[in-house]
Amino acid sequence: MDHFNEARRKYLEFTTRRHFLKKCSTGLGMLAFGSLMGMDKMAGLDSNGVVPHFAPKAKRVIYLHMAGAPSQLELFDYKPVLEKLNGQDCPPSLLEGKRFAFIEGIPQMLGPQQKFRQRGEAGNYVSDAMPHLASIADKLTFLKAMHTDEFNHAPAQLLIQTGSSRVGRPSIGSWVTYGLGSENENLPGYMVLISGGNNPDAGKNAWGSGFLPSEYQGVQCRNSGDPILFVSNPDGISRDIRGRSLETLKKLNEAEYKEIGDPEILSRISQYEMAFKMQISVPESMDIKDEPEYIKKMYGIEDGGNTFANNCLLARKLAEKGVRFIQLYDWGWDMHGTSENGSVDIGIRKKSKEIDQPIAALLKDLEQRGMLEDTLVVWGGEFGRTPMRENRKGEVMSYLGRDHHVDAFTVWMAGAGLKAGYSHGETDEIGYFGVKDRTHIHDLQATILHLLGMDHEKFTYRFQGRDFRLTDVHGHVIDKVLA
Amino acid sequence: MLKTPIKPKFINLSIVLLLLISSCSSRKIDFNAEVRPILNNKCIACHGGVKQSGGFGLVFRENALGKTTNGKYAIVPGKPDKSELIARIKHHDPEMRMPLDAEPLNEEEINILTEWIEQGAEWEDHWAYLLPEEPEIPQQDHEWGVNPIDKFTLDKMLEHDLQPSAEADKHDLIRRLSLDLIGLPPTLEEVDQFVNDQSENSYEKLVDRLLNSPQFGEHWATMWLDLARYADSRGYEKDALRSIWMYRDWVIKAFNEDKPFDEFTIEQLAGDLLPQPTIDQLVATGFHRNTLNNDEGGTFNEEYRIAQVIDRVSTTWEVWQASTMGCVQCHSHPYDPIKMKEFYQSMAFFNNSADWDVGTEFPVLKDLKEEDDQKLEDLKKWISTYGAKDQADEVAHKILTGTPRIIHEDYTDTTGAVHQNRGDQDFMEVFDGSSISVSDIDLTGKGYLVLFYRQRDQTGKVVVKANGKEIGYGALERSGSFTQMVIDLEPYKGVAELTLHFRSEHEKYRTYTDGFFLVDELPGKGEDGYEERVAELKALFQADPENTTLIMQDKPERFQRVTRVFHRGSWQEQEEAVEPAVPASLRDDSTQLNNRLDLAKWLVSDENPLTARVMVNRFWSKLFGVGIVETVEDFGTIGAIPTHPELLDWLALRFSHDYEWSMKKLVKTMVMSATYRQTSVVSELAKQNDPNNVWLSFSPRTRLSAEQLRDQTLAVTGLLSDKMYGPSVMPYQPEGIWNVVYSGNKWVVSDGEDAYRRGLYTFLRRSAAYPSFITFDASSRDVCVSRRINTNTPLQALTTLNDPAYVEAASHLANEIAQLEADDEQKLKLAYQRVMCKPPSSEKLNLLKSLYEEMHVQYTNDRAAAVELVGEPDANKAALVIVANTLLNMDEFIVKS
Repeated sequence: MDHFNEARRKYLEFTTRRHFLKKCSTGLGMLAFGSLMGMDKMAGLDSNGVVPHFAPKAKRVIYLHMAGAPSQLELFDYKPVLEKLNGQDCPPSLLEGKRFAFIEGIPQMLGPQQKFRQRGEAGNYVSDAMPHLASIADKLTFLKAMHTDEFNHAPAQLLIQTGSSRVGRPSIGSWVTYGLGSENENLPGYMVLISGGNNPDAGKNAWGSGFLPSEYQGVQCRNSGDPILFVSNPDGISRDIRGRSLETLKKLNEAEYKEIGDPEILSRISQYEMAFKMQISVPESMDIKDEPEYIKKMYGIEDGGNTFANNCLLARKLAEKGVRFIQLYDWGWDMHGTSENGSVDIGIRKKSKEIDQPIAALLKDLEQRGMLEDTLVVWGGEFGRTPMRENRKGEVMSYLGRDHHVDAFTVWMAGAGLKAGYSHGETDEIGYFGVKDRTHIHDLQATILHLLGMDHEKFTYRFQGRDFRLTDVHGHVIDKVLA
Repeated sequence: MLKTPIKPKFINLSIVLLLLISSCSSRKIDFNAEVRPILNNKCIACHGGVKQSGGFGLVFRENALGKTTNGKYAIVPGKPDKSELIARIKHHDPEMRMPLDAEPLNEEEINILTEWIEQGAEWEDHWAYLLPEEPEIPQQDHEWGVNPIDKFTLDKMLEHDLQPSAEADKHDLIRRLSLDLIGLPPTLEEVDQFVNDQSENSYEKLVDRLLNSPQFGEHWATMWLDLARYADSRGYEKDALRSIWMYRDWVIKAFNEDKPFDEFTIEQLAGDLLPQPTIDQLVATGFHRNTLNNDEGGTFNEEYRIAQVIDRVSTTWEVWQASTMGCVQCHSHPYDPIKMKEFYQSMAFFNNSADWDVGTEFPVLKDLKEEDDQKLEDLKKWISTYGAKDQADEVAHKILTGTPRIIHEDYTDTTGAVHQNRGDQDFMEVFDGSSISVSDIDLTGKGYLVLFYRQRDQTGKVVVKANGKEIGYGALERSGSFTQMVIDLEPYKGVAELTLHFRSEHEKYRTYTDGFFLVDELPGKGEDGYEERVAELKALFQADPENTTLIMQDKPERFQRVTRVFHRGSWQEQEEAVEPAVPASLRDDSTQLNNRLDLAKWLVSDENPLTARVMVNRFWSKLFGVGIVETVEDFGTIGAIPTHPELLDWLALRFSHDYEWSMKKLVKTMVMSATYRQTSVVSELAKQNDPNNVWLSFSPRTRLSAEQLRDQTLAVTGLLSDKMYGPSVMPYQPEGIWNVVYSGNKWVVSDGEDAYRRGLYTFLRRSAAYPSFITFDASSRDVCVSRRINTNTPLQALTTLNDPAYVEAASHLANEIAQLEADDEQKLKLAYQRVMCKPPSSEKLNLLKSLYEEMHVQYTNDRAAAVELVGEPDANKAALVIVANTLLNMDEFIVKS
């Protein structure tokens, strides 16, 4: 018996489409069935029409989140005036009515701690901390006047990843896989890779599925042991033996189906078939050992290491295999000036070195495979840093650092459907506040969904009596960055 | 045999009749049954409580009858021809016709609306806001059925051309009932006993045994803990651990004692406000202390205190009223008759609690060590003897809870003190020369001042003054964490300004102070042993507890907060002040409800239309897979409508009246019904007429919950520990799950039987929950969860196949089976029986036999593999492990049916 098709046929026979939709909107698990049974396009049907709402530019997303929030003033937002103000007391007008995480009293202005140059034909500024990225600056699309509502890491990460600063909402990757399903049934549609030694501050909520069914949560790839939890057979159970035991299992379940007639049994059978396939496809997709040497070199891979570079190469492999949403977190960007590594002069150079070459390699690699045109790459933190030097408890810190800042930071995107080399939005002359084309977190989210062919206002899910969206009741697609 | 239905199809006839009548317009239109569905489906998205296109909204009658933006009236009672609504739904121009850009209403719908307006456009409250009325129990000429539940369900079955199914096989029945009532499968002995019990009431005896099992409470607690969002950590960023498991144990005990649901409600929402609350009643208030705390450096404590209060409002309304208050925070409800101001009136009930997003998680209840407990009892006796019992209770309360405390926000004056109020800090930092004052404190009879503090650098002292006169002082020693000190006070009569002056000879001296309170002087001065008692009283204030649990306490009356409406939901822009109240649409009585206790009492009073229905529906949905109202979390206008409204009301009235809120009696009524006892085999008739079983003509097959699945696996393989209560435990989980920032906390696998406890005791860290539970759709308990969404995924298959916890269980079962003196076939039969509580069919037994034989050959040929799997070159054991692993993955094992 071909269980996949049989289950599908029985399923359709068993439930009318109308009921399917009803079940979907009330989330009784039929939705899961729909997408798992290869009917993934149906998953979005309950959400006001068919997803995608229009022709998508991007098929998949690779989102590089720098947890801790890198300083825009050392990397992309060049402010020569700030350099001149270095060491001067911050004028009180900049502090009035502002809330900071740590700055107290009157801090001093802190000039850029990295050298900046204009790059490429477009002439966008990129600092010397990122030489490789600088060399391909024309491929990037900058959002220079991003702003957010949250100045603490966990809530701000939740806001940018889930659209809400409180826990409990689905992450953007969950929304996207819920809407578009997976392109490869033998791999999860939404995978999460972590470097820098720590999970992001928001914890697993940053890739949680909130009120969407749990199958849409991000699957964390692990650095040691099983690449995905429980994907390998226990010691002493070979693939052959596993195959044979699953065959018996299938027959036992078929016997049960004959007796009871519940189509969910057929669905279970196909889940086990898929699991058996995943036992091969997952380790295969997550093994970068066999990549050619020149590719490894290009990314700067450390064999067996758990680095951001390794994760970039993995991201490309997963993208190739059809994973819909690949989320990377790199921890260690929270540079308050409490230590050398946490400083915006030395610390940020070290940290940039870890990501600069791999990101440039990822973009070039995607491009040479013709994948940059339908892959959206997003880079950024959860907020920005202050043009003032941090003075925790009003005292001078041992190293140069900047506090959390909500009003201005830089995010860049590259790839599908974007104006390459374009820079959108400007901040004032000290990089404190956006003065032209400010864009909010929800605008970024609306734009990402738009590039994937989804209208963020129509893409909703009903929960506890309300239709929820990723962008809540906010957000505008940033039209000007679209090609 | 079942009788064939002979009931005439008068329902269909009556519809025809109604239609006939309606066309000659003498019949009264039923607003809820006929008009509201049209308004909800076709109009309310644009003409609701928030979006009121054209100035026309349909949530409240006064809005609907008002003048619209273009000056016309949409609805003129009695005059459909003057009503713009009728003109627009009939309009020939599609650009003018309503609903816009959608199918026009059909003739019947237009007629209904027209006649409704003609008859005066009377409004009727949504069904859920009307009090339940005693329904008439339908009578059918049909033998099937045990109790009135069956009369109601049979009525619907017959109406939909369905027949009830036969009773399930006894083996299936006992497994189903055990899993439903205690969350565990029966043992083989229990199965035998039930199957062989030929007495007429064998089933009822089984029900009673399970209802009285201590495991009943463990199972049902899980449902409640999802609603209470119970977890062992605080939620945000470093996600520090939290000790509140005594609340979890309280819930288990409450279910086991069959605590009436009205008491269950009152104690959790307001146990602290009851007169002289018991320790248990205080523990119960942990319900609303399960909210998330944000300790991240730089966070504003007030912001997250408010977030917690808001969560308490939304959770209360969801749990007891299935009403969605979340949206009303920023604007009036889009569909339901709840106004924005009413959200903040609800918030006023909760805004006076003493907790405030701090690292200490104040207030917590101390669970004293046994010897201290005894000392406290002795002290209470002493005070009662020489003073009064009230006084004894008050002192005990202060010792155990550290409340009511006067804290920084209550001080009337401070000098040289800095309020540190970020992240996990919230205290006054004081230096040499600092002082803090509170005016109008009655010092009469006060003997001691208890100061909560943490001494950082150097030593110093605190001098207590009343209106400038020194009445006491204490020396401050260094302390690594917050501690308390008891300062003797000289007698002072009357009201005074109380000031604490901090002094030190050291320049770098600083102290964190976390409030204080005054304690009555110990009575019985001059009696024998007085001095020892005073010393004991002081020692008890300092005593290290066995453990602690978070509790709810209100701020002292004088220092209560004013609750204001937030402009568009923003706590930084507060507007008019409000008093506590519940939404007007839910309560006619206008007497003031003052506090959480009043609110809790109203929730379980006869005047509340929702509580009993909502709870009945929760139990029903657990037993029958789907609620009578499918959206168990939303009984509002856009929630699902009840499939069996009369049954819902009948059960609600039994629950709140006849059963006096006994949850066990309610559950018993449900599981005693013939409806519950039906087989889950789907008949051809049901497949045709009701494949989704809306009308309950067979028993649903439902996947087990994450916890049930683990518990069942441990139970059938002989690993499960029946130890109850206590701190949460850590069964095996793979390395690296707890990789949380700024946190040294480690997952350390529990010793001995603690690694094999029931799932509800598994340590739940919100940011990194137990992985196999999350894979099987458990909640990480960040928010109140009324319904878990069941999924069916390959990751679940990988978990039950390969998770070392499941592999260990399979090995354990294999070992036990291998040791039996029996032939292979008997062993396999028994293995299946252990897992499924019934003998295998011959087809299944044959499948197991051939698997076993083949595996036996495999492991005989590959002894190394056998060693890897079972630790010895034993092909027999290895083959049995494979069989057991297969059995534990069968669909029939993963579901209840």
